Amino acid sequence: MPPTTLVRSPRTPVKIPPHRQRVMLAAGLLLCGLGLIVVLSLTNGSVVLTGSELLAATLRQGSAVNQTIVWDLRLPRVLAALIVGAALGLSGALLQGMLRNGLASPFLLGISAGAGLMVVLVVGVGLVQIWTPLGAWLGAVVTTLLVYLLARTGTTLSVERLILGGVAFSSFFGAIQSLLLLLSADGQIQAALNWLIGSLNGRGWTEVTLVGPGILVAAIAGCLLARQVNLLSLGDDLATGLGTSLLRSRCLIGVVATFLAAGAVSIAGLVGFVGLIVPHGVRLLVGTDYRLVLPFSALGGALVLSGADLIARIGPVELPVGVVTAMLGAPVFIWLLNRRRTRGAV
Amino acid sequence: MPIAARQLSGGYGDRPIVIDVNLTIEAGEWLSLLGANGSGKSTLLRLLSRVLKPQTGVALLDGRDIHHLAPTAVAQRLALLPQQQTLPAGLTVYQLVSLGRSPHQPWWQWELDAAGHEQVEKALQWTEIEHYRDRPVTELSGGERQRALLALALAQDPKVLLLDEPTTFLDLHYQLQLLELLKRLNQQQGLSIVTVLHDINLAARYSDRLALMRQGQLWAVGTPREMLTPPMLREVFDIEITLMETPVGLQICPLAASSPAPTDLVTPLSSHS
Repeated sequence: MPPTTLVRSPRTPVKIPPHRQRVMLAAGLLLCGLGLIVVLSLTNGSVVLTGSELLAATLRQGSAVNQTIVWDLRLPRVLAALIVGAALGLSGALLQGMLRNGLASPFLLGISAGAGLMVVLVVGVGLVQIWTPLGAWLGAVVTTLLVYLLARTGTTLSVERLILGGVAFSSFFGAIQSLLLLLSADGQIQAALNWLIGSLNGRGWTEVTLVGPGILVAAIAGCLLARQVNLLSLGDDLATGLGTSLLRSRCLIGVVATFLAAGAVSIAGLVGFVGLIVPHGVRLLVGTDYRLVLPFSALGGALVLSGADLIARIGPVELPVGVVTAMLGAPVFIWLLNRRRTRGAV
Repeated sequence: MPIAARQLSGGYGDRPIVIDVNLTIEAGEWLSLLGANGSGKSTLLRLLSRVLKPQTGVALLDGRDIHHLAPTAVAQRLALLPQQQTLPAGLTVYQLVSLGRSPHQPWWQWELDAAGHEQVEKALQWTEIEHYRDRPVTELSGGERQRALLALALAQDPKVLLLDEPTTFLDLHYQLQLLELLKRLNQQQGLSIVTVLHDINLAARYSDRLALMRQGQLWAVGTPREMLTPPMLREVFDIEITLMETPVGLQICPLAASSPAPTDLVTPLSSHS
């Protein structure tokens, strides 16, 4: 029997990449980690619960105190951490891909400055409790809108102008915010600072049910934009040649990233470094395909922030979670920068 | 008439770099744009490919203004290989080439369909990079990278392919290999090709027609035999040449730069001393 003729034999045998297995493994590890942290967060705190106590409380049995601790205090806070972390991770990944800049974070486009200024104003007027999240959200969205308007050149959007506009608005609003803080009374500074550093202390079902659904919708939309991000990451010329409308894609991605970050900010304040670092770690795990990077960044962000909040909560003194993420995140960031210098790329 | 320019002017900011160009590229034709540095060749290519919006005039694709067509509709028929691009670190060849299918995929389609997969494999084979498929693009040599970018354009399955100095980073072997591949696609599949080339001899050897540009204007268009004359090249490139008949057709041998000759530049300096 004659051998079947090969039209063309490759010079080297094609290897089946271990990539898919690696992605499955990464997903498994992240989900296990998330599960572990959720359980630890529910059991640990000023009252330590055992496994059986937790199970009983979860099933609405056992002592009423334990039920209250699990259902009204710890569970909503864990959920808030997961939501905020996922939103920040995804928002950072979207912006880093769109701006082709590994140093982009959700707060790059003026979100932190706008939200911060609004919160200081709101606190200054004395409307602390209810109006802070709404004010933060509005400040974030309006500032990003201003930055986008500034970056519009003719029929396109320039990446450089977006980044520079973000920097300009950030320093301008930052200056006003500092001035207002200096002029305000002591108690107000404390309230505002707690929020500016970022904290999940006392966050409950109200925040989760108010902001959670919106963030979920934005997260799904963000993951669906993966191909647009992949195309934009090739650069303007190639992306245009492949049929991308630069203006439309950048507006869509920007809107989703802003809604995610603004939602996160309205719950927890300005939690730094999660949105900056998580996408880098995710790219090390699963590569540069944003169809994977985006959902994994959401998972990774949720894991990192819930972990950081656990650390913030279980010490002798409760820290704002923003301090924990910055203290853990900054060294990681410096390591990444160093790696970028030695390897020539992020 | 796959693509054409009608009174096309454009550039960056307010300054026009390409001025009032009228040009028609026939189906299955290979046309090369030639001209000195800064004569507007690349800008014309960008105007024809929808990357740059014209200041006045129109660029046509199949008789319609490319800026009135949907971006993906243009990208299904026309592909652009721009000059060297910085690509994201870690992006593999296969991922890069797969993105060439995006104009043919509806937005909700997450993975390549069978036809798309087949076209990507064809593009990888044509450019002989299928054994690099899992390598990061940023770790390839200049030549391999250029072939990967060509594979990306071919994965688009275009009718018209625009290439901006595709041979710049290639050694002679890969220059010829790339141009031979384009010739095959041009002859067997009727792919229309527009290239910006610096090498006049390679352009003359492979192109059906040459378009000579000078100071943003289209100076002359014709077959290589019509265009490659000593007066024409003196006008367009400021060079003196002689012509040679070779086994690959008419080629030029550059003799000298017309003016200013290097000696002229030295004279005023010596008068100062």
